Amino acid sequence: MAYLEVRGLRKAYATRRGRTAVLGGVDLTLDEGEFVAVVGYSGSGKTTLVSLIGGLIAPDAGDVQLDGVPVTEPGPERGIVFQQYSLLPWLSVRDNVALAVDAVNPGMAAAERRRMTDEFIALVNLTPAAWKRPRELSGGMRQRVADARGLAMRPKLLLMDEPFSALDALTRATLQDELLKIWGQRRSTVILITNDVDEAILLADRIYPMTPGPDAVLGPAIEVGLPRPRQRRHMSLEPAYQKARQALVEFLRACR
Amino acid sequence: MTVKIRLTSQVILPLLGAACVLVLWAIVSAAVAPDLPSPIRTWQESRRYVLEPFFKDGEMNQGMGRLAFYSLVRVGKGFALALAIGTPIGFLLGLSRPFHQSFDPIVQFMRPISPLAWLPLGLVIFQKSEPAAIFTIALCAMWPTVINTAVGVRSISQEYLNVGRVLKLSRLKMLTRIIIPATLPYVFTGYRLSLGLAWLVIVASEMLTGTPGVGGFLWQEYNSLVYSHIILSVLTIGAIGFLLDRLMGLVEARVRAN
Repeated sequence: MAYLEVRGLRKAYATRRGRTAVLGGVDLTLDEGEFVAVVGYSGSGKTTLVSLIGGLIAPDAGDVQLDGVPVTEPGPERGIVFQQYSLLPWLSVRDNVALAVDAVNPGMAAAERRRMTDEFIALVNLTPAAWKRPRELSGGMRQRVADARGLAMRPKLLLMDEPFSALDALTRATLQDELLKIWGQRRSTVILITNDVDEAILLADRIYPMTPGPDAVLGPAIEVGLPRPRQRRHMSLEPAYQKARQALVEFLRACR
Repeated sequence: MTVKIRLTSQVILPLLGAACVLVLWAIVSAAVAPDLPSPIRTWQESRRYVLEPFFKDGEMNQGMGRLAFYSLVRVGKGFALALAIGTPIGFLLGLSRPFHQSFDPIVQFMRPISPLAWLPLGLVIFQKSEPAAIFTIALCAMWPTVINTAVGVRSISQEYLNVGRVLKLSRLKMLTRIIIPATLPYVFTGYRLSLGLAWLVIVASEMLTGTPGVGGFLWQEYNSLVYSHIILSVLTIGAIGFLLDRLMGLVEARVRAN
């Protein structure tokens, strides 16, 4: 049995015009320490998938098991980096991260928790801005806070819901490189949701394309054969990159 | 350029408006209601109360500063009581569905009841005028706080609640870290409206209980036929009400900015 098992997930929402079937039986497996991306068009149900794996909503059918335990409710072992950051605007950068550190380490000494909080803030290069409020930060810095908070939960699985979609291209590239570096050090298990094909190839070991909804499903996984550590600069010239990109784009075009 | 525009819009035009009202007042007192003192007579008969705001010749004959102080203390007590009762009720209404179903109809029922209706009841309960006045102020002023707080709790963004759910925060932490700070801007809007109401009620409660204060003074001067002092009291009440609202507006803006 795989580390994460997602089997036959279905979810429909009641709307004014009747039911909208968002997910039509999603299957996905993930090994420990793997970085997997789910790529699909906007509005195809990617956020719904995150909410289901995160346990924020319940599926109509199917189930999710993480490390042999069925998911029935949200919890910090499935850390979520939300699409709209969802930082608490009344807390400083530090307190936003500390909220997560304190929540998952209740037995730890206060000094140790402080040290750990500082460590996660330093990891995303935000030490100079630690006492600022989210509204004083740029989009890229807010994203870093959200990343730090997600990592601070020390989750078994980190769910990242289109984390860089609201950023300008240059900032996005910087943050992708940072994430690549952090992941290289920590080898967390990650599901990255994105609509950016190149982002998925740069970061992931394996990519699931998602068909556009309604009744969205995941296509067959595409392995990214690029060796790590990866470098953005040379990547597009590698045959493995071109192969993965072609397979992905072809699948997404065909099911459109 | 911008300074000039602000001079027109913030100084000259408001003064023009005030001048219009003064002229209208003078015309009414000269032509329509001879008992109504003219602006000039009002000033002549009131100047001592304004220029020596803290003199005291007797319980009911004191400078406007003293009278306003009594009223403000009374309103302050009633307002504090309104917040102390109204804020938790508002949170309960917003957080608990059964509580909402049990008590929201009563809130809606009691909200439109006039201070004039509560005051005699307060006198019956407390037997003394001072606590009855404070009771009335609190009871009339608390509703905006109750309702705004409840609305604030119910409109907390799901994204903030989801953060708390993912972190599995305890009920206490959920309250202190997420629900209360997210609701605070609404709560302070409620406080500002409540303070306005509390000040509105002061006149009625002082009139009926005859306690010293701007409202009590107003009623006494009406009975003693010194009509210019009624106008003096009205203007004082308006000025203080305006200042209170501005003050709470500043506090509210500070909370909203955070």
